[in-house]
Amino acid sequence: MTQAMEVKTLRIDGVDVSARADQTILEAARENNIAIPTLCHLDGLSDVGACRLCLVEVAGTNRLFPSCVTRVEEGMQITTSTDRLQKYRRMTLELLFAERNHVCSVCVSNGACELQALGQSQGLTHIEFPYRFPQLPVDASHERFTLDHNRCILCTRCVRVCGEIEGAHTWDVMGRGEKARVITDLDQPWGTSESCTSCGKCVEVCPTGALFDKSDVGTRARKHPEFLTYLNEMRGGQS
Amino acid sequence: MKKKLATVWLDGCSGCHMSFLDMDERLIDLAEHFDLVYSPIVDQKIFPPDVDISLVEGSVSTDADEHKIKLIRERTATLVSLGDCAVTGNVPAMRNAFTVDSILERAFGDRPVTHPEIFQGLPKLLPRVRPIHEVVKVDVFVPGCPPSADTIYTLLRELLSGGSVDVARLTRFGA
Repeated sequence: MTQAMEVKTLRIDGVDVSARADQTILEAARENNIAIPTLCHLDGLSDVGACRLCLVEVAGTNRLFPSCVTRVEEGMQITTSTDRLQKYRRMTLELLFAERNHVCSVCVSNGACELQALGQSQGLTHIEFPYRFPQLPVDASHERFTLDHNRCILCTRCVRVCGEIEGAHTWDVMGRGEKARVITDLDQPWGTSESCTSCGKCVEVCPTGALFDKSDVGTRARKHPEFLTYLNEMRGGQS
Repeated sequence: MKKKLATVWLDGCSGCHMSFLDMDERLIDLAEHFDLVYSPIVDQKIFPPDVDISLVEGSVSTDADEHKIKLIRERTATLVSLGDCAVTGNVPAMRNAFTVDSILERAFGDRPVTHPEIFQGLPKLLPRVRPIHEVVKVDVFVPGCPPSADTIYTLLRELLSGGSVDVARLTRFGA
């Protein structure tokens, strides 16, 4: 840590900021209290750029960049909230709502859901895309937890926390496109998984009602993904 | 001049109408500004022409719902999709993963086949429950299950005075 950090200077929403060369646009923005909406990102986990909510505009190119996986560069001029970006964010959220069965009124996570909250903060009052209404299973075979594919948005937080933090790698993603599903072990009932340690980290980081603790049903319990930052700190600040 | 207000109950639980009534004494003040020309709570069988505002609760689930909502659209200036069933399909749409036949069989056994006369004259279930805006154009969307009385009050107050409302600040899906 004695080596001098390389520093980049850039401009986000008209504000001059400096950041370490290894930081992402998202990290630099948040350090400077510039809010960018995110869904698949979670402090303490690696970033995958799966949800596309954190897209930003960079001057000089028409391409949009996912700020969670784009490193800062010298002289970048970044805009985080334009009409175009807001349109795409709303569209992304609408597609997430339309793809599976997010019936908020009867969901265990109603009132404690990141997708629901983001929909409201981005001004969603309805979904323009036709709902797909797929028939999806619920896996309640685990003694303590349930997996409801109807509510899953494939953010892969569960996959990452299980592999990176718990070290069990019980979760993974199987299939492509509309057939993509999170699975446990070799696509077997969660309750029969031999690698699962029942630690519950996947449940706490899940942003929706896709993974929930059976004992929380009906309690409007909030999840606590913030344990990750504490845990990483205890382990020596590897986040 | 008083505006003509209609409230409509399609495939929903009437919770949105309960929420409407939950405006309590504020309804008395609001009523200065509208005539309730059609509603489950007034005795009027035919949807009248030239309605200014229609609050529509519930999803479109039967051929009768579909017929009704098209007529309402024709005769309404501002159509409000009220509540999650109207806006998203919500609980009624949970049947969409199944066929109509399997649903009828689950509820009535073999009666639809052995005694079809029992079902004569009843609205037919559509193959798929739809939110209102998949069938007709909607002007204002008010999610919530149900939207609170405060939300409905703020909305009506603004609509009756010709104003507009940023609905997302008031309510959300599942609220």
